[in-house]
Order: sequence, then C-alpha cells, then structure tokens
Amino acid sequence: MTLGFRTIKEVPKDEFLAPGHRMCAGCTAATAIRQVLKAAGRNIIVTTATGCLEVATSYFPQTAWRVPWVHLGFENTAALASGIESAMKALRRKKKSEENPHVIAIGGDGGTFDIGLQALSGALERGHDFLYICYDNEAYMNTGIQRSSATPYCAATTTSPPGKRSMGQKTQKKDLVGIAVAHEIPYAATACPSYPIDLMNKVKKGLEVEGPALLHILTPCPTGWRFDISLGIELGKMAVLTGLWPLYEVENGVTRLTVQVPKREPVKKYLELQGRFRHLTEEEINRIQERADRLALKFGMGPLRQ
Amino acid sequence: MKRLGLSGNYAVAYAVKMADVDVIAAYPITPQTTIVEKLSEFVANGELEAEYINVESEHSAMSACVGASLTGARVFTATSSQGLAYMHEVLFMASGLRTPIVMANVNRALSAPLNIWNDHSDAMAERDAGWIQLWVTSAQEAFDATLEAFKIAEDVLLPVMVNLDGYIVSHTYEPVVLPDEGLVRGFVPSRPLQNRVSPKFAYSIGVVGPPEAYYEMKYQVVDAIEKSREKIRDVDKEFGERFGREYKFVNEYMMEDAEYALVTMGALTGTAKVVASGLRKEGEKVGVLSIRCFRPFPKEEIVALLGDLKGVGVVDRAVTPGGPSNPLFAEVATTLYERGSRPLLQSFVAGLGGRDVPADDFKSMFGLVKDVVREGKSRPCIYVGLRE
Ligand SMILES: Cc1ncc(C[n+]2csc(CCOP(=O)(O)OP(=O)(O)O)c2C)c(N)n1
Ligand code: SF4
Repeated sequence: MTLGFRTIKEVPKDEFLAPGHRMCAGCTAATAIRQVLKAAGRNIIVTTATGCLEVATSYFPQTAWRVPWVHLGFENTAALASGIESAMKALRRKKKSEENPHVIAIGGDGGTFDIGLQALSGALERGHDFLYICYDNEAYMNTGIQRSSATPYCAATTTSPPGKRSMGQKTQKKDLVGIAVAHEIPYAATACPSYPIDLMNKVKKGLEVEGPALLHILTPCPTGWRFDISLGIELGKMAVLTGLWPLYEVENGVTRLTVQVPKREPVKKYLELQGRFRHLTEEEINRIQERADRLALKFGMGPLRQ
Repeated sequence: MKRLGLSGNYAVAYAVKMADVDVIAAYPITPQTTIVEKLSEFVANGELEAEYINVESEHSAMSACVGASLTGARVFTATSSQGLAYMHEVLFMASGLRTPIVMANVNRALSAPLNIWNDHSDAMAERDAGWIQLWVTSAQEAFDATLEAFKIAEDVLLPVMVNLDGYIVSHTYEPVVLPDEGLVRGFVPSRPLQNRVSPKFAYSIGVVGPPEAYYEMKYQVVDAIEKSREKIRDVDKEFGERFGREYKFVNEYMMEDAEYALVTMGALTGTAKVVASGLRKEGEKVGVLSIRCFRPFPKEEIVALLGDLKGVGVVDRAVTPGGPSNPLFAEVATTLYERGSRPLLQSFVAGLGGRDVPADDFKSMFGLVKDVVREGKSRPCIYVGLRE
C-alpha cells in the first residue's frame, strides 16, 4: 500500500478538473471531484452519470475534464464502467493493448441511490476492478431540486414540499455504504470535501484494492440546500461534527471511524444554516438529534457537547 | 471448411467466435438464450478468448457494450423483444457515439399479452435508433450476416443489428457451412479497433450537445447510415468472393417479368416463395421481394424492382396502431411515391405473436393483390388470419 497524504502540502498541484466549469458558485461537489482527481492522478478513465456534474462540465464545445471522460446516461454509469474495465482486461490479455488505467465511475445520489442502483449492484457483484463515487447533494439538483432516496428526513425539496399535511421528506436516507458492503466488496467508505486529506486517502485506497470500491461523499449544495455560497465547507464540517455524517471506512468487512468527533455539536447548529430545514419544529429537530445519537453510538463518536 | 447441423442461434454464436470478439455483455431472454449459452460455453472452454460480462439487465448489456466498444474492443450482444425494448434509450446512445457494436436480435412479439413467439414488432419499434438492420431467413444467412455485420460496423462506425426470426430461424437446425478460421480472419482481421477511450488522450465523450451543436451531431449519424450503403455493398461483394455467398440489399424471387409481387421480411419469405412458384406453374406472373437490409432502406432496389409492376402487396409482421399504415408498408409506399407511375399497393398484416402464416394465406394475398388491381383501388390494411 502506497503511503497516504499526511498534510495538504503533499497533495499534487495538478488540476484535472479545469477551472471555468459551470457548477454553481460555492458548489462542494466540484470541490470533491477536484480532490478525487488529484488523488487519482493521470492514469484513469472517468465515467459520469447524467446530473449536475456532467452537464456543467461538458457543455460542447468546452470540457472541464483534463482526463479521459465518458458520459452515457443517467442510470448506467456503473455498467458503462464495467464495459470499459472488462474490455481493457480482454485487450491486455489478448496483447492488443498494454494500457492499464484505473476506472472511476461517478454518479449523483439520484444516479446512484435510485435509478442507477441496479447497474451499480450488478457491477459490484461482478467484481469489476473500479472505484464508484457517489457525490451526494441529497436531491436531484440538475432537474431542479427534487427529492431522492438520499434526501434526509424532513428536508424541503420541490417534490417533498412542506405543507399543511407534510413536513417535507417523509423518509430516511438509505444506507448506501451498507448496501455496497452487503456485496462483500473489499472497500467502501464515506467522505466529505471539508476533510480533504481523509477524502483523498480514501480515493487512493479505493483505487489500490483489487476489485470494486465505493466512496460515498456528502457534498453540500448551496442552491438546493439554500445556504450562503461561502458556507459549503463549513456545512460539511457541521455534518461531520454533529454526527449526522460519520466519516468511516469498511475494509474487508471491518469498520473503522476515520475522523473521530470527541464532542458532538447539536444537529440544530447544522440544520439552522439551511433554508431546506427552516420549517422544522422542535419535535422534528429532536427526532433528527436522536438519529445523530444513534449514529454516534454505532460508530463510536463522542458525547453531545452540553 | 466444415458443414455442421446448426440452429440459427448456434450459427450466430459460431460466427461471433470466429470473429474473435473481445467482449460479450448479454442478458438472457427467450428465444435468444441459446446464443448466449453457447458463447458462455466457448468462453468457459477457452475456445473464445473474451470477457463475458454477465450483466444484470439488457440496459446494462448495451451500456457495457458501448463502454467496451469505445476502448477499441470488438463487441457483441444478443437480445430479443422485451430486452431490446429495455435497451431503447441506449440504442440511440450507441449510434450517437458511433460505436461499432454487433447485436443479434431474435425477433419476438412485445408484451402485453406476454408472448414469446415470433413477429417483428421489437425491431420495428427501434427503426429510428440509427442502427443498421440486417434480416436473415436461414441459419446459414444468420452466420454470414453476423460476420458481415462486424466488418460493416467497424468500417462505418455504426452499430449493426442482425435480425433472425424467433424459433423459425433461431431454433431450426439446418446444415451450415463454416469456413476455415483462417479465411474468416482474413475477412474480419483480429486487431484492436479505433479507440477513443484511452489514458493516452483526454477526450470527453458523450458531452452535452446544445441546440447550436446537437443538430449537426445528429446529422452525422444520418449521413453515416446513408453512406453506409456503399460499404454494405462492398462488404457483401467481398464476402461473396471469399465464401461464395452474396446477399445484396434485397432478395428477389421470380421478379424478372413479374406483374404482381409480395414484399416480405424474414422467415415468411420461404413460404411466399413456395406459393409463388406454384402460382407460376398456373401461369400467374408473380414474384417475391424480401428485404434483407431494412436500415439503410434499399430505395434504389425497390424502385427498380417494383416500380413497373401492376400490383404489390406488402406483408408486415408488426403494426403501428393508429398510424396511416404499418412499418414496412410505409417504407415501400414512401419509396415509390417519388415515382410518377407506380404499382397499386396493398397492405397486409400477418403472423403477429407467432400466429402461423400457412401457404393458403399467401395464396389469398397474391389473389387479393390481383383483385385490387382489377378494382383499380386498394383496400384498407387486410389483417390476414385474424379471427372475427
Ligand atoms: C432515464 C432518465 N430519467 C430522467 C432523467 C432526467 N434527469 C437528468 S439528471 C436528473 C437528476 C440527477 O440527480 P442526481 O443524480 O442526484 O445528480 P445531481 O444533478 O443532483 O448532481 C434527472 C432526474 C434522465 N436524464 N434520464
Ligand atoms: S445545484 Fe448544487 S450540486 Fe448542482 S452545481 Fe449547483 S451547487 Fe453544485
């Protein structure tokens, strides 16, 4: 195993996601992908599902990608990556090519949790040697902030609006890493661009293991979550520090918290920064706090700061 | 050279093996299954050096094929009916990205009601997908067309669908001549194809095509399939020179001095020919024209062979509910429309969902074509064999 980065100074200066793309100002999905590419280096092939990242980086005749990149559809990026990985393997074995790049498939939460889950499950089950990255902005942002099965409880979206009979999203976020681990893949982890060293080292690990790896990255979205564009990194930190977004990895079935939170912040501090939770009453906030407490217990995080 | 008793499906599998494909991504569906089972066997035995991707759906099969093809691998898949319909959106992506994928489609009716038997509604529903479509009538033709398909696809950078009728062709055993592997290699050399996905170049593929660009990009597919006619002709000619069998865009039977003809596709052609030859003996000037290449549509051949006839019946094995006519009829009528004088055209539908179309039905179709010519006016579409 090559050594991971210890400080930000060790991270390569190369930029593989060119500046000038069309992601919103303050978008942390762009920050996350920038970090992913820095950690992955040049010898890669990237596929991306339809969504914010894809439409905002590949508007003909421009592209923000300085590495080989393919987009096919919304629900099939894992299948596309499967084909690329298998073909390169076949061509090497038949001595038609010597190329041996890492294959990275990227999808939003909609393209991963919902419409793309079947293709993802198939690719994980078949054991392709690739890294799947879900950048999770917790809704279908590209089509105008509709809910997905990654949208958290009570969040307001355009298809889970609060109203007289609704407090917003009625369901809880799916456990994507749990789903991935159920396929007995060698590596799965959560990450957040507010913790770049943690994120980039997880990318390295995911690429190094033989077989499929999955990285689930929380990417706060100022447009969809309704917060000030200067606060994206802060929001990511608050998600981690409240215990709502535990940073952990599961290596060959063994779970390890990678960023400890000795004293957790109350979830209220995270929720009140976002317009999508503005309608919540104490009752819902308490329910969300209980969820954070459960996660803290599960992953071994510290007690709530009093 | 070898002569083997093979079903249409096995003939396809042998052609794929002989073409030395690099990647197969496929999902089973009746009546395509024996193609992918045979190929799995070839790969498991080491007879075919390929990656076989056991995808979890046809949608993923076609998506994986596109990815594999972009790397320069030779790629094959096979499907049928619901599977083809499930691929629908990816078919357009495959042609739009100019990936030379070869797919066997074992023609079967579309649900509902569920039906595993033959008709042409699956392929007809995909006729605008930008794929070249070849249609065969026998196991030998299935073998030959599959080999031709690889060469055509890779020359024009468009995907090719080889259509064979479910059960009638797919599961009927016939003697099939298999050429020596060396000769096949000379026809479709085993080399890496043009690749666009490689760590060597940072291409962005599958980008957003805004209104200022989409139209021209789409037109490139239109242009490519139009121009593919010449390549298809050349490839077929070369195949003929190497292997002694040539197919052309259409297959004509007793058309030379014909006054009346039926236009068919796929396995129905055989029965139509038998009936035509019987009618000839009775002095009727009838012929049969079967379409082998449906996309691109053989416009020149249709005009040359049908233009001067008195009456033509077009036999569709698919329907366009609510449309002015059914798919094959529409193509033939449109092609002939540009000509000032043209035969009287009569539309027939027959054999939906595997309903048998016996010789008597063809006899009555020939008779009806003659009747409408005598009456000077064609009738609304006639649903042959439909029970009241
Ligand atoms: C088959 C299909 N259904 C629907 C769409 C419309 N669509 C495009 S992107 C998108 C949402 C993407 O959401 P997500 O994956 O969360 O990515 P984000 O845009 O939030 O980054 C939808 C619904 C589509 N392109 N294809
Ligand atoms: S909508 Fe959100 S995820 Fe999409 S580009 Fe804007 S900030 Fe980024």
